[in-house]
Amino acid sequence: MQVDVISIKGLSFAYQGNYVLRDISFGITAGDYVGIVGPNGSGKSTLMRCILGLNAAEQGEISLFGATQASFAEWHRIGYLPQGLQLFNPNFPATVEEVVRLGRLSRKRFPRRFDHSDSAAVAQSLEMMGISSIRDKLIGELSGGLRQRALLARALVNEPDILILDEPTTALDPDTRESFYAILKDLNKNRGTTVILVTHDSATVGLYASRLLYLDKRILFYGTFKEFCASDDMTGLFGHQGQHLICHMH
Amino acid sequence: MTLADILHFAFLQRALLAGTLIAALCSVLGVFLVLRRLSLIGDGLAHVTFGSVALALLFRFQSVYTSIAAIPVVLISAVGILKIAEKARIFGDAAIGIVSSLGIACGIMLASLAGGFNVDLFSYLFGNILSISREELIVTAILFVIVLLTVALLYNELFAITFEEELAATSGIRVERTNNILVLLTALTVVLAMKVVGIMLISALLILPAVSALQLARGFKTAIFLSVCIGVASVIGGIFVSFLLNIPTGATIIICNFFLFLASSLFKRFRR
Repeated sequence: MQVDVISIKGLSFAYQGNYVLRDISFGITAGDYVGIVGPNGSGKSTLMRCILGLNAAEQGEISLFGATQASFAEWHRIGYLPQGLQLFNPNFPATVEEVVRLGRLSRKRFPRRFDHSDSAAVAQSLEMMGISSIRDKLIGELSGGLRQRALLARALVNEPDILILDEPTTALDPDTRESFYAILKDLNKNRGTTVILVTHDSATVGLYASRLLYLDKRILFYGTFKEFCASDDMTGLFGHQGQHLICHMH
Repeated sequence: MTLADILHFAFLQRALLAGTLIAALCSVLGVFLVLRRLSLIGDGLAHVTFGSVALALLFRFQSVYTSIAAIPVVLISAVGILKIAEKARIFGDAAIGIVSSLGIACGIMLASLAGGFNVDLFSYLFGNILSISREELIVTAILFVIVLLTVALLYNELFAITFEEELAATSGIRVERTNNILVLLTALTVVLAMKVVGIMLISALLILPAVSALQLARGFKTAIFLSVCIGVASVIGGIFVSFLLNIPTGATIIICNFFLFLASSLFKRFRR
């Protein structure tokens, strides 16, 4: 029997009295590739932030690898690429290598010093992303695609069991976007990494994800693409043409 | 007068030593503060020290005790800035403005009660590093060790929250605690720096070396190293120039800093 790596029961979150998430319950199994879609303001990013403990849920339970969110300490098992990170201060004086190495802090205890094993992990992650040659470049000097690769290298430096990506391709051109998705697919297929991809691009998510979660403050659909394509509810939501487009691409 | 002659003066030796230690601290913390857009917190906390200095002078404290008395006041104010920003849900700059103006207001009230602005108060407002005593030098050295050791132990955590708070949080770093420590270290440094450049110019000592270093640095550690070099060079240069030309030391240090900033900006432009 497969165990959920992430389990959410009855989660609700309100911002200044307005509910952004209401009564969310679902589980994600190891090795899943879940695409989370929904309109703007549907609570996709908030849901990820609640899972990661960046937003405190008002009600409900979140467990990560069987531990409650509050007691979870194995942060090296989760790689995270937040929304809009490519827009950070372009003059920040950190090299690609320094940024990727920061990802290793989740394995460290006070005073969190790095050692040779960290250097090896950083080198491996840079190589996997094909960016070893730019390790000494400043992160702010890179193009959007290379910067996103560097940040993905940071998220992957611990070889995490779960990779959470929040709108990671927004600033990328179509070619770079394709290669970025190919990397995620490879990680999921060949390494067994559980991928959770938040995207507003519901038309193409079917190309990559094995499961779809449609969110609009509450869960409107969660299941496989086969189930999605057979769902009359989703026909009502997307229309025949929209549903066909998503299902056809999958 | 030769350099050797100048260095024979005990007061100048103390000034150079204290100035170097304080410049190094300001330069290290400045990199974190500038990149975290907390540059003006030094200014706010300096204004608070004005209130505590006025109080100490009202009760005719000795110079060294004036600095020591300022420490708890500035530490409480530093926490106050963070709490006001958090509880009142306002931006940090507004919280700094509230605490800063309150510090100035209290200082003016107390100075008025003490019979107006006197020479002692002016030496804190505009700095007088040449008058630094042996006891003040010892206090400076102790606080230097405390602040630098804390920064060294928390270096990677401070780097992580400076790069991106949420990524730091998802690496298991306690962001709020680390932020509080950074602000408290800044508060201690501000108390030390008020004798070097004065309450009015402390923020420049925190900001200028860091901003100059950021023009040149290609790596985070390099940025901190360059910031320290620039900060220390400007303090040493400022002390010598002001001594030789008989002009105000604090202001000269800041002007030296500004010229180094101009030089680093020009270097960056030509390097492109």
